[in-house]
Amino acid sequence: MTGSATPATPATPPGREARVPLLELRDLRVTFPVAGGVARAVDGLDLLVEAGETVGLVGESGCGKSVTALAILRLVGPDGHIAHGSSVRLEGRDLLALPGKEMRAVRGNHVALVFQEPLSALNPVLRIGAQIAEAVRAHESVTRATARWRAIEMLTMVGLPEAERRARQYPHQLSGGMRQRVMIAMALVCRPKLLIADEPTTALDVTIQAEILELLAELQRKLGMAVLLITHNLGLVAETTQRVAVMYGGQIVEEAATEALFARAAHPYTEGLLAAVPRLDEPRERLRVIPGQVPPATSWPAGCRFHPRCPYAWERCRTEAPPLLEAAPGHRARCWLVEEPARRTRADAPPGEKP
Amino acid sequence: MTGPLLDVRELATHFTRRAGLFGTRTETVRAVNGVSFTIGRHDTLGLVGESGCGKTTLARTILRLVERTAGEVRFDGQDLFALGPAALRRMRRRMQIVFQDPYASLNPRMTIGRAVREGLEIHELARGDAADRRVVELLDEVGLGADAVTRYPHEFSGGQRQRAVVARALAVDPDFIACDEPVSALDVSVAAQVLNLLADLQARRGLSYLFVSHDLAVVRHVAPRVAVMYLGRFVEVGPAAEIYERPKHPYTQALLSAVPVPDPKTRRARIILAGDPPSPVHPPPGCPFQPRCHHPLKDATCTAVRPELRELAADHRVACHKAD
Repeated sequence: MTGSATPATPATPPGREARVPLLELRDLRVTFPVAGGVARAVDGLDLLVEAGETVGLVGESGCGKSVTALAILRLVGPDGHIAHGSSVRLEGRDLLALPGKEMRAVRGNHVALVFQEPLSALNPVLRIGAQIAEAVRAHESVTRATARWRAIEMLTMVGLPEAERRARQYPHQLSGGMRQRVMIAMALVCRPKLLIADEPTTALDVTIQAEILELLAELQRKLGMAVLLITHNLGLVAETTQRVAVMYGGQIVEEAATEALFARAAHPYTEGLLAAVPRLDEPRERLRVIPGQVPPATSWPAGCRFHPRCPYAWERCRTEAPPLLEAAPGHRARCWLVEEPARRTRADAPPGEKP
Repeated sequence: MTGPLLDVRELATHFTRRAGLFGTRTETVRAVNGVSFTIGRHDTLGLVGESGCGKTTLARTILRLVERTAGEVRFDGQDLFALGPAALRRMRRRMQIVFQDPYASLNPRMTIGRAVREGLEIHELARGDAADRRVVELLDEVGLGADAVTRYPHEFSGGQRQRAVVARALAVDPDFIACDEPVSALDVSVAAQVLNLLADLQARRGLSYLFVSHDLAVVRHVAPRVAVMYLGRFVEVGPAAEIYERPKHPYTQALLSAVPVPDPKTRRARIILAGDPPSPVHPPPGCPFQPRCHHPLKDATCTAVRPELRELAADHRVACHKAD
């Protein structure tokens, strides 16, 4: 516990100082004009993803996690604005400065994206084999026959039974789990270095989710890619990631090795989230609740953005916005409690058992 | 009165739909295919299963929102399918349902106050000033302020809307609420608020719930008794502690092993099921789970004979030839 107030920069794992990280976000800010103001959806976000690792980006609706994913690929739409001074670097290359044509070469080729709803991401009137072949030909100058062969090879790799026959089918002929396999095949056919998976299994049943997770882990080992897993599901994060960043109010509020975060959550928001999830392994009488709700992105509260919902908040939290502070080596939290740990006593009695 | 509040026997709900290129053929979807259970007073039955297993159809059939094909439902001793329209309406006052999507369940042009008041008026429970006061009390009971009365659904967050839906269900002072995925569309922190609210209401009013969810952790949290549904039938039913600690049916075992647990130190072996769930139009012969079953003793009996539920431990019943 150093308790230093210096705004920490993204933690670099020891011994890797000289290497350029695979993905480096610095001070990423994305705004959207909305009726009655500007929504600061992502508001000064720093994040590192090293080659081959799996990083979880967790948070609830409206925290900015999906906008972060889209901003990495510059897909925030005509209304979204990535602020000047933001930086998105892939192996050192500034993606925000790339001309459109070069950016298109990055998308799909170096960085691929998988969404929650595979049916809306697939073209309903194109056979799935043709869609994947198209992805290959968009990035590599290969013949149609080669592209088609690559598509079938990839469909086999994602475990689609009878890949050759399936390649001639349309998306509606496949089940939800198979469609998500097709999406993954399409995302990985150009062997990207980074896969951004935005709630990849949220629309799927839990047994199908288990299949897809095994598949992603296996493909990651085979292809050596890094995965940025964006999810609201803390169970998924615990089971699949090495590092995790928790978002609240457009910012990262806590970042740590996954085991450390689940063992000792430093930020009261993370602590609250972990206590609010019903547990399969250890049922509890009553769930702890985070009072109130996420404020709108047009008017983040002054001081710490979480202070109106925080059980520990004191005067300082209402006026001074905390930077990310180092709670332990490699474990940072945007919370004044890191400097004043003695204040971690709840004003209210912890809502315990039923009366 | 003694006896269970809700007594469901051999209930089946089949749908016919047109199939084939020109819709000339019909096929039968056996959504619910012979289900029996009881729910006591101040009791909760948790119902888990994956998409298409028939859990939502079951909940709707019990409230007669969908017509049954066979079987019977007794509510407080009365045969629900024998009731005439007026008697059914009186009975409906005592049975309510809360759906997954609170926005779709609320009329966007109706204030929250009117939505809650409607039930009071339809069932002639209160009118005028008394109704106004009752609406405010109900909103207060679910944690919404009196200012909600004049506001519209779009002005609220998902969690607040679901509270409003619960207030509307409570307006008619029901004995039973079927909760169909009531927190599945909500964020973690908000879902916890609504789950605690449902628990408080049950304690205060002695309500009974049928709690339908795909989320096994949520069901464990709310229900002392749990039924696992697969392809229109219960494959396992029993006390929650039994089912979660000692699951007997291979499907329950797979389902539980697939749920990610928010603790990176627990590394459990996942049972990966082969293939997708079969269609309720053409259920496989024998045991409905047999094509995906990983049980080491699976044999010809499983593919030939459909197993009935049998009691393996106190109140713990399993439909599997090989479970012990």
